[in-house]
Amino acid sequence: MAVLTYREALNDALREEMERDDSIFIIGEEVGEYDGAYKVTKGLLDQFGEWRVRDAPIAELGFAGLGVGAAMAGLRPIVEFMTWNFALLAIDEVVNAAAKMFQMSGGQYNVPIVFRGPGGAALQLAAQHSQSPEPWYSYVPGLKVIAPATAKDAKGLLKSAVRDNDPVVFIESEIMYNLVRDEVPEEEYLTPIGKAEVKREGSDVTVVCHSKMVHQALAAARVLEKEDIDVEVLDLRTVRPLDVGAIVASVKKTNRAVVAEEGWPMCNVGAQVVDDIQREAFDSLDAPVARVNGLDVPMPYAKNLEKLATPNADHVAAAVRHVCYAD
Amino acid sequence: MSAANADRSTATVSDAPAGDAPAGASSGDPDAFLGLSKEECVELLREMIIERRFEEKAAEVYQVGKIGGFCHLYIGQEAVSAGSISPLRDDDYVVTAYRDHAQAIARGMTPNAVMAELYGRADGCSKGFGGSMHMFDKTLNFMGGHGIVGSHLPLAVGVGYTIRYRGGDQVCLCFFGDSVVNIGAFHESMNMAARWKLPVIFLLENNRYGMGTDFRRVAAVKELKDRGRAYDGLTSLDVDGMDVLAVRQAVEEAIERGRNEKTPSFIEARCFRYMGHSMADPMHGTYRTREEVEKWRSDDPILSFTRQLMDAGRLTEEEYQAIDREAKEIAEESAAFADRSPFPDSDALYRYVYSDGYPDDMRRRDAWRKELR
Repeated sequence: MAVLTYREALNDALREEMERDDSIFIIGEEVGEYDGAYKVTKGLLDQFGEWRVRDAPIAELGFAGLGVGAAMAGLRPIVEFMTWNFALLAIDEVVNAAAKMFQMSGGQYNVPIVFRGPGGAALQLAAQHSQSPEPWYSYVPGLKVIAPATAKDAKGLLKSAVRDNDPVVFIESEIMYNLVRDEVPEEEYLTPIGKAEVKREGSDVTVVCHSKMVHQALAAARVLEKEDIDVEVLDLRTVRPLDVGAIVASVKKTNRAVVAEEGWPMCNVGAQVVDDIQREAFDSLDAPVARVNGLDVPMPYAKNLEKLATPNADHVAAAVRHVCYAD
Repeated sequence: MSAANADRSTATVSDAPAGDAPAGASSGDPDAFLGLSKEECVELLREMIIERRFEEKAAEVYQVGKIGGFCHLYIGQEAVSAGSISPLRDDDYVVTAYRDHAQAIARGMTPNAVMAELYGRADGCSKGFGGSMHMFDKTLNFMGGHGIVGSHLPLAVGVGYTIRYRGGDQVCLCFFGDSVVNIGAFHESMNMAARWKLPVIFLLENNRYGMGTDFRRVAAVKELKDRGRAYDGLTSLDVDGMDVLAVRQAVEEAIERGRNEKTPSFIEARCFRYMGHSMADPMHGTYRTREEVEKWRSDDPILSFTRQLMDAGRLTEEEYQAIDREAKEIAEESAAFADRSPFPDSDALYRYVYSDGYPDDMRRRDAWRKELR
């Protein structure tokens, strides 16, 4: 197996899928001549030409809607948002058009489209460029929302997303593009949408997490191991459809849970996870479920304040100790 | 004739004052009819009358609660739908906004399927999931019925992109209203369609009022067609939207540009809706005068085309009467059909959320509701 960065894994997924199926095209800002604002689409214009790798004007609503129309007419578009912050301009097309078309048309027009790009905070990008979009989209019936944490999952899930017949919101991470690197199988594989994965087995506490927080949870688990607390890290990978079965099975085993995510606390993914746990594993719980999240403020620019507002491994470790009554 | 029609909400041929036929239409000269045969002309007229009688029936049954939600009627604008959809090929595409019943019928949907959709029934064209604003028929490439002003223009551009992508020679006809010219999606769509040479026909139905707002009060441009001038490669023009042949000619030319040169067109069809914005509104409202409505109604598209055909010896009073009778029967039958059609069954509730089924894990959240188990 080769070790790939998260970015390389995504690039491989796009290339392999585009080679396999010529109804797939990519549209977005800087995806072609510039090789991608974050180089995820590197080399694709040269290989596939401008009709399949289309540099778009800065008009998120317009090119997202173009993708939806093309999907209705039978193509399989991949719409790249330079970041999910800019996708707010296009949320009408994602929510009102893509997500609802299949039902609104009585099952006639499904919309096989992938909306993808990086979400979450990076380093001192300030309020408008540092936010986690998962809750906005996972609220919406009709969408599937994926936020992988590893290069292997990024590739396998993106390939599945491209082949899926419904609209998929695929949330990557600017920080992880280069920092995350792991072993990726050489042979073709698909990672199933809607399936969580235990990234570390443990017996004392379940940390339910996704995307960047998986790495924080794994770091916390290494620290807590020395304190004789055995942490299970459950990576949701897909936040909609949510793998409730996997969450409940893990919590029933460990009897304690921490839910960790990068975004704001109100109505986020973790809020739903806590609800599913209390409904399906209430009698198994030995402590209330704790939540780790970004603080409930627009992201400040100043380095010290940004650090304060952003959840990290220490926060996860502290929450785990709390639900173990070990703090 | 026409005592029978005196109580109808809209004008018919007999309501109009007698007058001279429009210039150029006073003979049987086929050129005055775009080379259309007598039968083709009569079919155009028939289409318009069917649309109108259908919408009148929809208004009637709405009043007694058969139709729910919003219901935007098309009465007065029939020349635009009939004139523009009739020259399309079966493999062309139509995308439209929420005033979509008549366009759906013009594209070939049965009035029964449209009315059943208005009733929210299983035999509706969208199986009762869409309603008035969301008519769909994939077999006719009729791609909805969209309810967010302006947001369907990018969809039409995506269809145009697909046509080019596949090297086809179809076109995508996209209807929208005058309020759309001020929204970003309009410009984003025009820009992409013009820049990449996509065969999209942007057909603006300027009925002068975006809901209750006169377009002149909110658009910083006198002629809406001028909005298209900013885009190289986009042909912009206006046309009398009360004249079915004028609309047809403009759209035929746009279709040729789309098929041959792959270039988009922007056509402003100047028309008028006789009814309120939706069934919730009065016919005149506070934003327009009775006189204005009456003035436009006296230029009724069905009326004037009927007279034009009669003057040219292409239609007799008896033929007109027969068409009108048939249209009323079709409308009546559509309502009867809709009444007979069953409601969608409860099991259908989660059927179309995802094409691969709704996950059981998530359905369990509502399992305390016994009727959903």
